[in-house]
Amino acid sequence: MTSKGSRVEMPRQAPKERIKNFYEVALGYTPEMAMETARYCIQCKKPGCVKGCPVNVKIPEFIEKIAEGDFAAASRIVKETNSLPAICGRVCPQEEQCEKYCVLGKKGEPVAIGRLERFVADWEAENMKIDTPPEPVHPTGKKVAVVGSGPAGLTCAGDLAKMGYRVTIFEALHAAGGVLVYGIPEFRLPKSVVAREVEYVKSLGVEILTNVIVGRTITVDDLFEEGYEAVFLGTGAGLPKFMGIPGENLNGVYSANEWLTRTNLMKAYLFPEYDTPIKTGRRVAVVGGGNVAMDAVRCALRLGAEEAYIIYRRSEQEMPARAEEVENAHEEGVVFKFLTNPVEVIGNEAGWVTGLKCIKMELGEPDASGRRRPVPVQGSEFVIPVDTVVMALGTSPNPIVSQTTPGLRIHDWGGLIVEEQTGLTTREGVYAGGDAVTGSATVILAMGAGKTAASAIHRYLTEKQGR
Amino acid sequence: MFTIEAKRVLTPVTKLIVVQAPMVARKARPGQFVILRCTESGERIPLTIADYDREKGTITLVYQEVGKTTRLLGRMGVGDAILDLVGPLGMPAELPREGRVLCVGGGVGVAPVYPKAKAMHEMGVDVVSIIGARSADLLILEEEMRAVSTAVYVATDDGSRGHHGFVSDVIKQLLERGEQFDEIIAVGPILMMRACVEVTRPYGVKTWVSMNPIMVDGTGMCGACRLSVDGKTKFCCVDGPMFDGHAVDWAEAVRRSRIYLEEEKIAVDHMNCAEGGCRP
Ligand SMILES: Cc1cc2nc3c(=O)[nH]c(=O)nc-3n(C[C@H](O)[C@H](O)[C@H](O)COP(=O)(O)OP(=O)(O)OC[C@H]3O[C@@H](n4cnc5c(N)ncnc54)[C@H](O)[C@@H]3O)c2cc1C
Ligand code: FES
Repeated sequence: MTSKGSRVEMPRQAPKERIKNFYEVALGYTPEMAMETARYCIQCKKPGCVKGCPVNVKIPEFIEKIAEGDFAAASRIVKETNSLPAICGRVCPQEEQCEKYCVLGKKGEPVAIGRLERFVADWEAENMKIDTPPEPVHPTGKKVAVVGSGPAGLTCAGDLAKMGYRVTIFEALHAAGGVLVYGIPEFRLPKSVVAREVEYVKSLGVEILTNVIVGRTITVDDLFEEGYEAVFLGTGAGLPKFMGIPGENLNGVYSANEWLTRTNLMKAYLFPEYDTPIKTGRRVAVVGGGNVAMDAVRCALRLGAEEAYIIYRRSEQEMPARAEEVENAHEEGVVFKFLTNPVEVIGNEAGWVTGLKCIKMELGEPDASGRRRPVPVQGSEFVIPVDTVVMALGTSPNPIVSQTTPGLRIHDWGGLIVEEQTGLTTREGVYAGGDAVTGSATVILAMGAGKTAASAIHRYLTEKQGR
Repeated sequence: MFTIEAKRVLTPVTKLIVVQAPMVARKARPGQFVILRCTESGERIPLTIADYDREKGTITLVYQEVGKTTRLLGRMGVGDAILDLVGPLGMPAELPREGRVLCVGGGVGVAPVYPKAKAMHEMGVDVVSIIGARSADLLILEEEMRAVSTAVYVATDDGSRGHHGFVSDVIKQLLERGEQFDEIIAVGPILMMRACVEVTRPYGVKTWVSMNPIMVDGTGMCGACRLSVDGKTKFCCVDGPMFDGHAVDWAEAVRRSRIYLEEEKIAVDHMNCAEGGCRP
């Protein structure tokens, strides 16, 4: 079969315009664009894309429906395996997953699978009534507690509710969504899209209690005492890392978590309409090369920074961020300093940041991961004058739950120890998944882990009843 | 919902509210705090739990109207509900069960000192207290403190009651005349706590302070609340809020507390402006 259509570019706001606002950058396909893109798919008999997808979305099938113009059918196919397509279509690293294995990508460009996924999800939101039971039913009568309302928790809760459990989500923050609301910015993932998914999960009968920190407000033991028969921990990896270099506590040094939470969750970009402030400064340096760093640096521009830098100790090829976001950042005028590592944050007498002292790096021998290890070039220190430094060095799981739950074991780096096929932790009845288990990973993997745990919990509770 | 059940005006700028928060009340211990937000566009601010009643499911908060959020809170009355409130946060204070302890509260800081003094008193500790304020009319919880202390000293900046000067002066007088304390607990504005710590340092008396840095989440997620203790970075919301005052890097803590001074003013101006009180 040969390709008929073509990979249509998705319209985007122009870089000069978009750095002045927080509106979504990628504007979405029209039905015509989607159908043209869908026709580009050659409908492989043995599709590589499906294997590349962590939840094995039936990609050729849904794309075929789009090509036929039957968007409702396409949407149903996607939703069979992916409960958050509007989100995944926007934030999945497709170039590392489905699109990486697309045959067309071997010679030319792969099918724009992510964009099509987003299209069907958005189309559904606008045109279809979501078919949910009018009255939530809880035929099993059993209660399950889900801790954390990120993609792992939302998915696990939604699946369990569909299986007839009475599910309550406990969320530490005042809003549901996890990283999707406090981390990923509006211009990449509109909060209305997240809210839609949260509403959907609620419509399945799931109760969401915000402002509850498990381990502080209530413990896992209390949950069992209150009649919850199983607990899912989807608590994410929320602890920020700092470098341990001099000057990191100067005024003007932020963790990416603080920077993004102020901006996205607390809407500091609308200050003083919203009460939470942020100190942007004229020149901002973001340290790191992942999605978090890209989001932080692009927020800096939108918050009014005139110069925004990415400081990354390896080279461009090693950057873990989604390719599309790196490209967006380039277009928006972000200055990339590769093979550069901070050694000190410099401040003035009053304790405010004035610069970031860095050292040049070169790539040496490959390390354990097979990537060439960056090593400092002696005597190559130099100072980049900046007013603000944002540390986006990765995060690790929060110990609040593990410290307060007897029997719950963790790896030395903080991740919860679980049985891979089920998500069962070292404590009976307690399951976990997402970043809390893997460390910072992806939305789709967290969602997949939530699904796995939901079926495992169902099996566990069914067997327990039989015992 | 976090409904306000009772409200007392302690001074023109200091209010006490009793809030319905059963889950928080069930777990609260002296020294812990909550983070709250009044409106959808509001900021999250920490407030110490001044008291709690597990049976009634309420917690008591005392605050001084300084920034926008505390002003908004100040206007709320009985029956109104606080939009978001989460806790209890931080580590409970490790209070001594015996001996003689000096409790020092400055300004609104008397409120967080009170539950600690009360708890120690109930365990049989000999509690001596110093309470202070800018002037006599701003003194709070004097009666309550007297009920749990063997002696209460009062200091006011303007001399309108008790010692004319700071609470730290009174600590100095007590230590100079040879009074012995196993520990000192000092809570209040950062500069007051720093002054207290400097006074007790030469005497080597363990001095606990309750730090109140800028916070966002209160769960260790953002690092806004970091401070240096013994040369190591700590997150106040999970490692604190009580720290050994002699180990705190005060210069850093003071300057970090001032990061948003400018913005705090803008927020208050903006609030006044929105209400028609705009200065041209
Ligand atoms: C800025 C940023 C950008 C990213 N970009 C991408 C991207 O483009 N593509 C991609 O695939 N992935 C991206 N990721 C990663 C992705 O967001 C995460 O892998 C994913 O959200 C993990 O989901 P989760 O459900 O495990 O945890 P989270 O989304 O972290 O949710 C955990 C939730 O649990 C709550 N919680 C924690 N502890 C407790 C407790 N004790 N009690 C109650 N609640 C608790 C937290 O408040 C939070 O709401 C990004 C991450 C960040 C930070
Ligand atoms: S307030 Fe965010 S880490 Fe302490």
